[in-house]
Amino acid sequence: MAWTREQMAARAAKELRDGFYVNLGIGIPTLVSNYIPEGISVQLQSENGMLGMGPFPYEGEEDADLINAGKQTVSELPSTSYFSSADSFAMIRGGHIDLSILGGMQVAENGDLANWMVPGKMVKGMGGAMDLVAGVKRVLVVMEHVAKDGPKLLHRCSLPLTGANVVDMVVTDLGVFTIDKHGKDGMALIELADGVTLDQIKANTEANFRVALTNT
Amino acid sequence: MNKVYPDAKSALAGLLKDGMMIMSGGFGLCGIAEALSDAIRDSGVKNLTVVSNNAGVDGIGLSRLLETRQIRKMIASYVGENKLFAQQYLSGELELEFNPQGTLAERIRAGGAGIPAFFTKTGVGTLIAEGKEVREFDGEKYVMERGLFADLAIVHAWKGDTAGNLVYRKTARNFNPMMATAAKVTVAEVEHLVPAGEINPDHIHTPGVFVKRMIEVGTANKRIEFRNTRPRPAA
Repeated sequence: MAWTREQMAARAAKELRDGFYVNLGIGIPTLVSNYIPEGISVQLQSENGMLGMGPFPYEGEEDADLINAGKQTVSELPSTSYFSSADSFAMIRGGHIDLSILGGMQVAENGDLANWMVPGKMVKGMGGAMDLVAGVKRVLVVMEHVAKDGPKLLHRCSLPLTGANVVDMVVTDLGVFTIDKHGKDGMALIELADGVTLDQIKANTEANFRVALTNT
Repeated sequence: MNKVYPDAKSALAGLLKDGMMIMSGGFGLCGIAEALSDAIRDSGVKNLTVVSNNAGVDGIGLSRLLETRQIRKMIASYVGENKLFAQQYLSGELELEFNPQGTLAERIRAGGAGIPAFFTKTGVGTLIAEGKEVREFDGEKYVMERGLFADLAIVHAWKGDTAGNLVYRKTARNFNPMMATAAKVTVAEVEHLVPAGEINPDHIHTPGVFVKRMIEVGTANKRIEFRNTRPRPAA
């Protein structure tokens, strides 16, 4: 047993707080918007120049001038504002966005993140990921615990970094980890996914981590 | 002084030369200056360095200049959704400089504002910082990035007046306003051209000083890359 993609998104959504401005990456992070807890109001930021991003439009209301950072059509809300890419990244780099939720290829026990390139393969580019992890107040990575070729939670990333000492929390299909990215406390396992054992986590994790379970 | 030209070809006359640097607005296919990039393709100018967040998608926008091998180097943040680009890059025909998206936006903003370099924490400790000056401010490390200034910028706006003032629409704004400031000559294509005085001066995004030439292109050619919708609730 482990969490599904939907359950991972739902767990990540528990990190949202009322009034947060949040940037969601492509993939599982996008699903987080379906699990915003009741009574909490958040504004989604899209780095191509929109704050207060609404859901996909109704059929027939698609607007070529209104897209998200994944180039998908989206809709406006009463709170929406538009701005240039320079203003968008002033928001991001300047620390005005509360939470960035994005995918990962590798995360190291010191908070290093790799998620933008695999040398020797076609590289699509980092887009806004390097700016997001460097500038946003809190960085949450949502990813599968293990890749085809082995663990993704490592002592040190082997792939080129997106950011050094940037990740605060990792939600995988097996559990939840926190990282003291600027301090000495390292990585800690704080939750096990439904039906997952500590032994299972240990067998699938290269990184050193403390066990500090809060949900047992 | 008249800024309005009858078409893209005449608006670019005398501005194009081999080896020049061109900035091209847009994010994906949203807010791209497609009529102007098509006219650049038709001119046959080559060995171009092109600064643009993306490189179009196969068969559309800047990708058409890749088909004709007119681009020597791209400065971009994301080039997915473009097979031709991947092919030319992997075969070594095309030089590629990746910039983080926010760094790219700020390099253009700085270049247009007369700022030759700035420090950012984006990319510290990554490949992006290699060979660049890293300096500590208030206990944190920052990497130095250079401003960018091009020979020509092509931008797309929703509305423009005959004085060159521009208004962008929704997320089609993206890189267009900074690029309009960051080149020796900026040529704008606008969907709606109106007489000076018709746009509320408080609503202008790009003041006319930045725009030397302009054309009206209408709205017929706007494209959607990924059309996503949700069902309407039952009445």
